[in-house]
Amino acid sequence: MSNFEPVLLANIDKPDSHTLRGYEANGGYAGLKKVVSQMKPTDVTELVKTSGLRGRGGAGFPTGLKWTFLPKDHPGPIYFCLNADESEPGTFNNRILMEEDPHQVLEGLIESCFATDATTAYFYIRYEYPLAFERCQSAIDECYQAGYLGKNILGSDFSLDVYMHRGAAAYICGEETGLIESLEGKRAWPRIKPPFPAIEGAFRKPTVVNNIETAACVKHIIDRGVEWFQSIGVPKDPDNPRDAGSYGPKLYCLSGHVEKPGCYEAPLGLTVNQLIEDYGGGIRGGRKAKAAIPGGISMGLLRDDEFDCPLDFNGPGKHECLGLGTAAVIVLDETASIVDYLHNCCRFFAHESCGQCTPCREGTSWALKMLDRIKAGRGRLIDLDLLLEIGDSIGIMPGTTICGLADGAAWPIKNAIRKFRNEFEDYIKQTNPNGHMETRPVPAMELVQIV
Amino acid sequence: MPTVIVDQQEIEISDDERLNGIQVADRAGIDIPRYCWHPGLSVVASCRMCLVESGRRDPETGKVSMIPKLVPACQTPATDGTVFVTNSEKVQAARAMVEEDLLIRHPIDCPICDKAGECSLQDYHFEHGQTERRADLKPFTSRRRPLGDTVTLFVDRCVMCSRCVRFCREVSGTSELMVTDRGAHEEINIFPGYPLANKMSGNVVDLCPVGALGDMDFLYEQRVWFMKSHDNVCTGCSTGCSIKVEENQDQVYRLKPRENSHVNKWWMCDEGRYGWKYVHDKRRVTEPCRREGNGYVNVEWSELPSMLDSELRKAGHLAAVLSPHLTVEEAYMLAKYIRDIDPTALLALGYVPVEGEDETIGDGFAIRAEKCPNRRGVEAIVARMGDGLVTWHEFLKRVGSEKVDAVWLTAGYKTDWNDEQVAETISSIGTTIVQDTFPSPVWDHATYQLPGASFAEREGSYVNHDDRLQSFKWAIRPPAGVKIEGQLYWQLLRMPGLFNARKVLDEISRGIGFFEAAAQLVPAIGVNLKVNQLAK
Repeated sequence: MSNFEPVLLANIDKPDSHTLRGYEANGGYAGLKKVVSQMKPTDVTELVKTSGLRGRGGAGFPTGLKWTFLPKDHPGPIYFCLNADESEPGTFNNRILMEEDPHQVLEGLIESCFATDATTAYFYIRYEYPLAFERCQSAIDECYQAGYLGKNILGSDFSLDVYMHRGAAAYICGEETGLIESLEGKRAWPRIKPPFPAIEGAFRKPTVVNNIETAACVKHIIDRGVEWFQSIGVPKDPDNPRDAGSYGPKLYCLSGHVEKPGCYEAPLGLTVNQLIEDYGGGIRGGRKAKAAIPGGISMGLLRDDEFDCPLDFNGPGKHECLGLGTAAVIVLDETASIVDYLHNCCRFFAHESCGQCTPCREGTSWALKMLDRIKAGRGRLIDLDLLLEIGDSIGIMPGTTICGLADGAAWPIKNAIRKFRNEFEDYIKQTNPNGHMETRPVPAMELVQIV
Repeated sequence: MPTVIVDQQEIEISDDERLNGIQVADRAGIDIPRYCWHPGLSVVASCRMCLVESGRRDPETGKVSMIPKLVPACQTPATDGTVFVTNSEKVQAARAMVEEDLLIRHPIDCPICDKAGECSLQDYHFEHGQTERRADLKPFTSRRRPLGDTVTLFVDRCVMCSRCVRFCREVSGTSELMVTDRGAHEEINIFPGYPLANKMSGNVVDLCPVGALGDMDFLYEQRVWFMKSHDNVCTGCSTGCSIKVEENQDQVYRLKPRENSHVNKWWMCDEGRYGWKYVHDKRRVTEPCRREGNGYVNVEWSELPSMLDSELRKAGHLAAVLSPHLTVEEAYMLAKYIRDIDPTALLALGYVPVEGEDETIGDGFAIRAEKCPNRRGVEAIVARMGDGLVTWHEFLKRVGSEKVDAVWLTAGYKTDWNDEQVAETISSIGTTIVQDTFPSPVWDHATYQLPGASFAEREGSYVNHDDRLQSFKWAIRPPAGVKIEGQLYWQLLRMPGLFNARKVLDEISRGIGFFEAAAQLVPAIGVNLKVNQLAK
């Protein structure tokens, strides 16, 4: 642990870290020069593939493998979308990269585009990041002036244009096909797959969608090599051929009831306990922990006795969580109410469900209505079973929705009620002593005027 | 041949067919419930009602491996070895879930909803839904707002299948409709100031699987279960869309398109859809009359055949004008009758109404300038039973130069089709027998005024602009005092029994080469008369 050298956040505290001057002073764009002068696109792809880099956006799909899905010898254009629509609650690592070290991201982006033969890249940034937008835009402008972007980059045959695209503040635009639809100027309703974006994406052309942090990792893999990258993290399980391993550094976003919340860079495989104690300075006020969200609220919930869970791509899954997600850990101490937590999660997903698939649109809003009612002191024990039924039936895993938003909405429900059922039952019994055994439908909370 | 397995039934499809799970299950006689999928629109797979289990049968071992999760049948291609399971517990549970979800916010105001009785949500609920409501009860609401002049939206009834939105984007190409807001707050909407105003707007009501989109013309006019539906052909223009006439006790309430991949696919235009009102117009003529002196006296229909027969037989040189609103059979019978009496009789094609120019909408649906259903059919009769094709204008010219002693003039137009000048020309002929639906100058000068039928009352066949012959039966009985043209001609020809259009068509298809393809039973989609023409 102590010998781990942060690379992604290495420059963020240095003066003018967001400018080209500051970036080049720390050796920036040396890797790009090497790539365009000495490497072939397939070399870069191969390098990233062998490094075992997995996407940092949430799903953890191997990045190099994703690039190889692009059709061979495509006449072009191939598009590259950089997903900076960082909306998963609890997550703020992309923001720090974009605000404090945008050139690091851009260098990785240019190298990724070189590898994928993309000639146009779209930087899809969420609306709520005005400073990041400004800094990335000025970084792009600087790159054009310095010859890192535009026609014949650094005297090579490779040309690339990067456009900033500011989203309109919807969570669903972080889903890769939702992002593409939004980029095309349409309503961000995720597309049905196949075809996958690598075959038919933005403007019906092959498209790669990668996360900001993934792009930054690509830069460091090129600078430091595969061996360096693989020396960090958790190696793949030799007994499990489907395990791709969890290599490299990761930006953990720690928030909630800890003494020192923040974005910390650490090797993949750090446990929740280590993150809280070594980086976060322990639980706030010396209280006892109750639960932690492993990687953004869609990943579910870990109980305090599960805090030895390693935060790599496989760890949370072994504790009935959905996965590592964005590695945004939110800690809840003993004073936090799980009912409140779940209510808040359901409110988020009901608000952000794009409304395309019936089970997600109606399931998320039904769950919210039930929790509204529970919070209003009119809960019934049967509601918990109904909530679990919703949680178990929506999402791409049971096959009832197009995209993974519903899975994200389902996991908090499933984890919270299964892991903290007593707390829910006590809450309902205490707040609704006379009606908690009711099983017939009751009048809904909201009253809509008849127009 | 590729074989697809649906619930253990093996269905063979042809090599070039690209079918999805729903279509292939249809062939097996299994109806997979669906809201968002429609054969004429793009696939969005968002309603999730058609979820099924799917898998693949190994061609060598015959072993079936199933995908562990449910898949939407609409999005799953049926290829060789594809397995669909549409009735497992898992599938039934998914359908029940979607039905329950859709009913959470649905007002369930079926008693006052126009769609009740032909509503997918209703039907599927009985078939696949749960017996008990488990969601919280919601007070009844039914917010409504107009989307345009033809369609109104009952917001709360919508199930967000987005068929109407896709129709406006993909078929009419006008994109008026869109979805606003997000999640459970989503609504179908228009942009302020840009209402749903395309020429095919009525189709969105047909597409709506629930009662969200209401047809302003049909709204609250009739419960659907009281109506009977009759296959018919639209007479609005020479495209000849396959339609259904829906009526109750001889009152037409609406027209709906009928699927016909050769003509109109699943659609019809608003002009045709709402163009039936003249059928029940109070100004329609309903009294057969004969001119006496300066006035008219009523004549009994029972006396008319012999009266007309004797009048025509003593008249001398005859002429008949065959309206493009007549069916092929009617035109044939009248032509035959007139030529029987006078073998040199002048046969002419009636007035062909033309308005504007042919118009192609969006993805190829055509509204034609020629506002009559059967010019091609009547033309063929006139040209082959007379002495070449004589048009209405040529006929009017020849009336001036040639001596014609009596003319039988058929019409049936819904718009004005003649003026005083035409009436003067016609009245120069000794005896004029006019069969029409509305009074006009020509009618007012006629020797005999015979009230004729409208399209919904006729029976027979039309030939559209593309030489496709479609047969249909009458949908309603004509108003009292009106005799359908075909029935009168049948009597005049002294044919036994009641008018039977099919018997006449048999005779036509044997006698006139143009109609040869109609010799066999004409299917619902009609026959292409060109097929045989090309072979010759």
